[in-house]
Amino acid sequence: MGDLLRLRDVVVQKRGRRVIGPIDLTLLDHGPTMVIGPNGSGKTSLLRVAYGIERLTSGTVDWMQDTPMGRAFVFQSPTVLRRSVADNLAYPLQILGWDKAAINDAVDDWLVKIGLEKQAKTPATRLSGGERQKLAIARALIRAPQVLFLDEPCANLDGHTTREIEAILTATAQAGTKLVMATHGMGQARRLATHTVFMLDGQVHESGGADMLNGAAQTPQLTAFLQGDIVT
Amino acid sequence: MNDILDGLIAAFWLVVSLDPELIQISLRSLQVTITAVAIGCLIGVPFGAYLAVQRFRHRRLVISIINALMGLPPVVVGLMVYILLSRSGPFGVLGLLFTPTAMIIAQVIIVTPLITSIAHQAMRELWAEYHDLLISLNTTKWQRIKTLIWDGRRNLLTAGLAGFGRAIGEVGAIMIVGGNIDQVTRVLTTAIALETGKGDFALALGLGFVLIALSMIVNITIHSLSRTERDGRW
Repeated sequence: MGDLLRLRDVVVQKRGRRVIGPIDLTLLDHGPTMVIGPNGSGKTSLLRVAYGIERLTSGTVDWMQDTPMGRAFVFQSPTVLRRSVADNLAYPLQILGWDKAAINDAVDDWLVKIGLEKQAKTPATRLSGGERQKLAIARALIRAPQVLFLDEPCANLDGHTTREIEAILTATAQAGTKLVMATHGMGQARRLATHTVFMLDGQVHESGGADMLNGAAQTPQLTAFLQGDIVT
Repeated sequence: MNDILDGLIAAFWLVVSLDPELIQISLRSLQVTITAVAIGCLIGVPFGAYLAVQRFRHRRLVISIINALMGLPPVVVGLMVYILLSRSGPFGVLGLLFTPTAMIIAQVIIVTPLITSIAHQAMRELWAEYHDLLISLNTTKWQRIKTLIWDGRRNLLTAGLAGFGRAIGEVGAIMIVGGNIDQVTRVLTTAIALETGKGDFALALGLGFVLIALSMIVNITIHSLSRTERDGRW
């Protein structure tokens, strides 16, 4: 167990406006890390910049373990390829050059896990929001990443689907995959977190263990946020 | 009004009697056009996708030039190809002037910017949708281009059909480089021009109706084969 990645003096600006930063943060390589904070606090930008999708204006992001193929990202509004459900699942493995038989086995396995085996040949664009999100998570997990970033994967989903997704994520974390997840749901953060990062106004306001969410908040802003107050 | 009616009757008889010359001219029209559009697609589609995914210096200028070339006057293209392929030109030794190959070359120059531009537009929209996902999956540039072309293939059909539409009705360039030689380079459009010049409006109109019908048949066939309008297809 050790550090997964370190962000040093990270600043992202867009059109002259500071989106996040300066941020100094170290993420550990084990246990789910929940990134919480109000709307517009920079949770998504933090995830994107840490993953490497977003360009830095200044600062550095250092991955302690070089695993570009061992990372995956699940976006808040799931992008599905204009292909069938099965072909969506197969895509990341085709990119890696897996042979057809191995791809088919993995796809069949994941179709069962997410309960979409009957919709294997259905165009993915015809799925409901919850099904699309499950597909996006399965597509991210199918190549067994060491690190999985998730940007509010359960936003706008019903309780049943949220529970299904949480079950997949819990099993994934128990299997040893590091989760870094932005979430709006404090209940969800409490259920899944072993580490927490509280973002406010584009900066890491507070970070620490999961106990931060259960009465050990260090700052009045986090305390107020956890009580449901509007924090700016 | 009589001319149009006569044209319709002429077209009807040309088709019903399976006029050998009409069939030969129609097949040559299709051969030249389809070959030119296929080559145009082979160049234009990957180039359009590349322009969508790759950022480079002067990219906007390149896109502007391609868009501007969509309006390239066919007569000027014909003239330039003529000069290049004429005996005194740099490629005169190939002996291609007044052959279907010369007509194909001219048409490729005319349709490629159009296909590239429409393909770029379609790929740009798809790239905006796929960008984050394909970047997060650590795909190579070539994998991104292949994915966009495959997933956007139905949108790319529009590019191909637009190229076909422009090429099948083109007359200026192919008249210059093909020469409208009977049995060799005569196609529907040049035959129409010839018959109009001779004052045989009925036959010219008849050929015109055949040309329109041919163009519509190809469009409908391609749409039908690719099932563009079916529910849940892309």
